[in-house]
Amino acid sequence: MVAFIARRLGAGIVLAYVVVTGMFFFLKLTGSDPARGALGLYASEDQVATRREQLGLNRPILEQYWDWLSHALRGDLGMSSAQNTPVIELLVTRLPVTVSLAVGAVLVAAILGSLFGILAATNPGRFDRGLQVVMVLGFALPNFWVAIILALVFAVKLRWLPATGYIQFFDSPLGWLQTITLPIIALSIGSIAAIAQQLRNSVITVYRQDYVRTLRSRGLPARKILFTNVLRNAAPPALTMLSLQFIAAMSGAAIIERVFALQGIGSVAITASGNSDIQVIMGVLLFTVLLVVLVNLIVDIAYAALNPKVRVS
Amino acid sequence: MTEFATATVRVNRPARGLRRFLRNPLGIGAAVVLLTIVIAAVFAPFLAPYDPNLIVLTQALQPPSPEHWLGTDASGRDVLSRILWGGQVSLQAGVIMIATAVVVGVPTGLVAGFFAKWFDGVASWVSNLLMSLPEILIVIVVITTLGSGLAPTMITIGILASPDLFRLTRSVVIGVREELYIDAARVSGLGNARIIFRHVLSVVAGPLLVRASFVFGLAIIAQSGLEFLGFGNPERPSWGGMLSEAFATFFRAPELVFAPGAAIGLTVMSLVIFGAAIADAIGSDNAVATRGTRATVSGSATVIERAESDESTVAETSDSGADDALLRVENLRVSYPVSSDKGVVADRAVVDGVSLHVNRGEILGLVGESGSGKSQTSFAILGLLPPEAMVSASAVSLAGDSLLGSTEAQLQKLRGVRMAYVPQEPLSNLDPSFTVASQLVTPMRYALGISRAEATERARALLARVGIPDTKRTMASYPHQLSGGMAQRVLIAGAVSCDPDLLIADEPTTALDVTVQAEVLNLLRELQRERNMAMILVTHNFGVVADICDRVAVMQAGHVVEQQPVRDLFASPQHDYTKMLLASTLEGAAPRGPLVAGEGS
Repeated sequence: MVAFIARRLGAGIVLAYVVVTGMFFFLKLTGSDPARGALGLYASEDQVATRREQLGLNRPILEQYWDWLSHALRGDLGMSSAQNTPVIELLVTRLPVTVSLAVGAVLVAAILGSLFGILAATNPGRFDRGLQVVMVLGFALPNFWVAIILALVFAVKLRWLPATGYIQFFDSPLGWLQTITLPIIALSIGSIAAIAQQLRNSVITVYRQDYVRTLRSRGLPARKILFTNVLRNAAPPALTMLSLQFIAAMSGAAIIERVFALQGIGSVAITASGNSDIQVIMGVLLFTVLLVVLVNLIVDIAYAALNPKVRVS
Repeated sequence: MTEFATATVRVNRPARGLRRFLRNPLGIGAAVVLLTIVIAAVFAPFLAPYDPNLIVLTQALQPPSPEHWLGTDASGRDVLSRILWGGQVSLQAGVIMIATAVVVGVPTGLVAGFFAKWFDGVASWVSNLLMSLPEILIVIVVITTLGSGLAPTMITIGILASPDLFRLTRSVVIGVREELYIDAARVSGLGNARIIFRHVLSVVAGPLLVRASFVFGLAIIAQSGLEFLGFGNPERPSWGGMLSEAFATFFRAPELVFAPGAAIGLTVMSLVIFGAAIADAIGSDNAVATRGTRATVSGSATVIERAESDESTVAETSDSGADDALLRVENLRVSYPVSSDKGVVADRAVVDGVSLHVNRGEILGLVGESGSGKSQTSFAILGLLPPEAMVSASAVSLAGDSLLGSTEAQLQKLRGVRMAYVPQEPLSNLDPSFTVASQLVTPMRYALGISRAEATERARALLARVGIPDTKRTMASYPHQLSGGMAQRVLIAGAVSCDPDLLIADEPTTALDVTVQAEVLNLLRELQRERNMAMILVTHNFGVVADICDRVAVMQAGHVVEQQPVRDLFASPQHDYTKMLLASTLEGAAPRGPLVAGEGS
């Protein structure tokens, strides 16, 4: 088990390294200019050249890469070329917003998706058909559109929840909950449908396995078999779906943030992109990819806990 | 060669698939909507009543009217015209993304699936990497240097979506590669490239079309999301851009978000339903079902209904001497609904008019070819048929208690304790995720109401009884750590763990090595004698019948054609089918001395 976790962690780190390195060279080699980005269109060539020298952009690219990587490994992501603040500072204030949204959406999706998936598998007919409709709608309606409608109904018309802004959890837990409720609902609808559908299908598949029939032949109640044997065997594909949904939620959060005027890493990345602020973009990427690696690792561990073939070798 | 090729492509019969598609109203509806959207977008220059960018500030925020069917936006531009033109951007985005995903994903999937080796490893790794990337962030990185044009953004998203098509193609190809006909084609001298083209591509095309319609939907949503974030061409009307503008005037005119949202939703929904309808038509697996599915899970009581006509359809071989039998079955019928090609649901019987009985301490052999209804008969008695099965009988009783109309809860109380079951395939009948101990102990605790400690002790004793040497280790093992013979012993221990009166063993030795077969058969006979159980032994092997059965019922095509004590059956088979079976069994096989083998009875 320890060897398994070490192996998965190693694979995750390799993945993060490859992505970050690839993106660094992509940004450098396709000719974006942080100096011009920082100074704007109206700065003179001389000013830009001076700034370029200051930012160390005239050094060989490998040297710049090594510089960034060695600092990043020590937790130093450099300075934003446009805003003159340390990248890490930007991320520390903005990341909690996005992570709250993505993790919240995935947790909601895991709970409600499992519930609906099991209900659909065990209640064929109307409920199951209903889920199919919701599934299509959940996929077809863009989540930012759903977010706008939610804001319209619950914030503007009913005034139950705030339409914009974010309150730090430590400042006011209730305020935090109020500000992220609507964004999380908007972000989770598609994931709920996806997880419910996946679990429904795998529960039905597992329920048709020979061993379920054999367990029933021993006098075990169908419900008991469903909640122990069937769910445990049906869970792995749903777990994989869950980790894909987390990645999708990190992506979707960037758009949802705009609807609710939340200052998350979506807006950081968009601003940085407009300024060719490579240091900030690299910081956002690094953190996001590490988060994805972490979530994948958690899913792998859960997978191993459920599946003895992975655990017991 | 051409004859060969056409004869072997099984998945794809376009004509038949098209017919099935045309019978699905939802699919046709989606296709019509999609076609309308495409026509509206392509002919927007002729159809749109206004220039989509014509700003008339005096006409701003007009409600729907005969002049402006969908009203005007904050700049006084006609919403309907902008919706029509906006379709062009969405369709272009979809086409670019699909083309990229297909160009990247399909050839790599073909190569990875067909040639495997190192390429498969590398491609699969890259595919996993791409799937771990959050789409919007990567697109933002690309936009930083390549700009926010439709081509760079949608190509990026297409690459990120390509693992979907890569994995699909690869798995289909691997499936096809295993098929014999590819080998045959290879032997007959076709080059590799031609093999791929002829066989694999034709098989992959259908599922690919299904996935592509989903990917198209993803493209439209992703593109509108980027427009909403402000990455787009403000001079070209687009649905995402309209949403973005509507959001800016959200407090003044919230209704402006509806038209573009509906356009996106309707288009993507149609794509999803269209894809699902194709999946149904070609009979491939799919996430969304557009036709009814009969899959169920819980409360799947296959209640045995009282047969409507008790006397008229009495089986030809009436079952005499069944008065004090432990199990008595009269006129059992099992049927399944069949949806024919015309969509009419018929009812096909797999067991019809079966009557049999088993006395206490007796072994009844249930013999017949595969498909003759032996297993279906067994599961009908146990109440373990799938929910779509329809079961009826004139009488089914166990130790005098009628099982007709018993609910799942009532049957569940009988299973394990009164009647038990030994399956055919040992390994697929053990839950791979639980230890042997758990699979033996839990049922005992439920069926017998005993403590965990007591059940564990009992399980260990049972394992020792069925001839497992290291019971402690076996108890802690998972099924994948057991051999087939071991697993079957575990299953037999489980079946007898609650002292059933009746044991139904469905081909208990068929899946085992020849050396283990005799041991397992002996074990079953010993257990049966020791506990004075009645047993139904389902088999197609007359050697097994001769070895341990007292009486034999021969089944053919859902009917019992002959029922006799074992000696009489071997000495004077009555029915032609029995004679034929006997002849085919004994011919060329080592003589097993059928008449002596029934020793002890």
